[in-house]
Amino acid sequence: MTGAMARAGAWLTAPALALLGVFFFLPVAGSLGLSFTDFDIYALGNPELLRFVGLDNYLQLLRSPRFWIALRNTLVFCAVAGPLSVAVSLAAALLLHSPRLRLKGFFRTAFFLPVVTTLVAVAATWRYLYHPRHGLLDHALGLLGIAPIDWLGDPRWALPAIILLAVWKNFGFNMVIFLAGLQSIPGSLYEAARIDGAGWWRQLRHVTLPMLRPTLLFVALITAIGYLQLFAEPYVMTGGGPSDATLSIVLLMYEEGFRWWNLGYAAAIAVVLFAIILATTLLPLGLLRRRP
Amino acid sequence: MSRSRAAVWALHGTLAVAVILTLLPLWWMLVASLSPAGAVDAEPLRLIPRALTAEHYEALLTRLPLARSLANSALVAGCVTVLSVLVNSMAGYAFAKLRFAGRDAILRVLLGALVVPSQVAMLPLFLLLKQMHLINGYGGVIVPAAASIFGIYLMRQYALSIPDSLLDAARIDGASELRIYRSVVLPLCRPILVTMAIFTFLGTWNDFLWPLIVLSDEDVQTLPVALANLFGEHVQDTELVMAGSVLAVLPVVVAFLCLQRHYIEGLTLGSVKG
Repeated sequence: MTGAMARAGAWLTAPALALLGVFFFLPVAGSLGLSFTDFDIYALGNPELLRFVGLDNYLQLLRSPRFWIALRNTLVFCAVAGPLSVAVSLAAALLLHSPRLRLKGFFRTAFFLPVVTTLVAVAATWRYLYHPRHGLLDHALGLLGIAPIDWLGDPRWALPAIILLAVWKNFGFNMVIFLAGLQSIPGSLYEAARIDGAGWWRQLRHVTLPMLRPTLLFVALITAIGYLQLFAEPYVMTGGGPSDATLSIVLLMYEEGFRWWNLGYAAAIAVVLFAIILATTLLPLGLLRRRP
Repeated sequence: MSRSRAAVWALHGTLAVAVILTLLPLWWMLVASLSPAGAVDAEPLRLIPRALTAEHYEALLTRLPLARSLANSALVAGCVTVLSVLVNSMAGYAFAKLRFAGRDAILRVLLGALVVPSQVAMLPLFLLLKQMHLINGYGGVIVPAAASIFGIYLMRQYALSIPDSLLDAARIDGASELRIYRSVVLPLCRPILVTMAIFTFLGTWNDFLWPLIVLSDEDVQTLPVALANLFGEHVQDTELVMAGSVLAVLPVVVAFLCLQRHYIEGLTLGSVKG
């Protein structure tokens, strides 16, 4: 019987493992290999032209101003949009968690709706909303007496504009995870806090937030990892401009790899992205281990 | 008493305003898509439309090849969903309930690989698929998406709750392992299979970067790729582009509204319990 079970285990996992092996693990390893070569459009036609160049791609990357711009933009985007969208999600979840709220399901669905929409479609929509003459946003600012801002045309405002879109698009996702976290906090803790005379604010600080710590860490982590992969928003709204103000790491990788066919160079960018994401993942895990 | 009533009103008022702001861009997209050409530019803020027209939808679906893209998206998302639910559920169940050589080690490697972003694989994957003549065809999008570590993990977490006694009883009755998977495991795991199917369908429908890389011919492009091209060529035709956006967004929004219970349950299963 155990023999039959072991055989069944092998057969049932075989399709998934074969597919993952060929179409995921092999290419991931290939990326590392590719990043040590000068694979370009000529090698695409004739693989014999391929040369091993060691760390040249990485050295070239370090010397390239556009790489540093893309890295800075991606990190700024991640560092601003990340905390902002976690804060908005948490605020929305706390409001939705109030026991006296009616129509909770309706509010939750409405806030979640942007999450399921097609990013390309809503990025196109927001591009019109940001239009300095006809856009809804500048019109609203005009009512407040604020002069129109050329959101996507001004290098200072283009990245903030993309951050705003990202927060709008994503906060519902984290909100739902926070709601589940809030529901798992035992009501007896709040009762004890109330008996001790704690008001709303102190209950939040001393019961809710400490109990949400694991959820908060998880949400912060997946949000940061997702935001490090910024691509479609700048691709659709700005093409990385104006003057590279919204160029991201993945957009740079896409341009180098699939527009100019510098696949070796682009693979080095992919490896750097991986290293950054790996560091981002390991950092909070280390923090968690030190403070149990 | 009156102070806490005021607090309840303030809560509902805040949330109502937040909902209006959240849905405003989607409402604007819908209104613009139904407005006559040039209407948006002529008078900027018109959230309650005065005249409605379906001309942009007609143009997109007859004159421009968006009907084809719509069909491509449905085909690709449908195939990926069916295939990946099958492949991932088989593997997820085996990792949860069957003892075989190397099981735990393989599982650890898979879970460790969850931190590898998909973009890292894309350049060599493109070269690989080019060798296999899968570029510029549906296969180039469907085949690499047929197995996913996250899907396997979701199924495994769910299948862990199946009692071993149930499986052993079926074995004693002489059922083969494949038969147990089909007649015992799949029916028991229906909720998570539905969740996986919705996740996969929405994710594939909305996916952009990989289809953009693989599908360069107009004939095979999925909706987001076709929409990005439409946007590039017709950026001045606001109403037309918004109609294309509605075509992309509407099916997933409707699917989500119908099946949201499964979607949200799955989301919390995959995060909080995991």
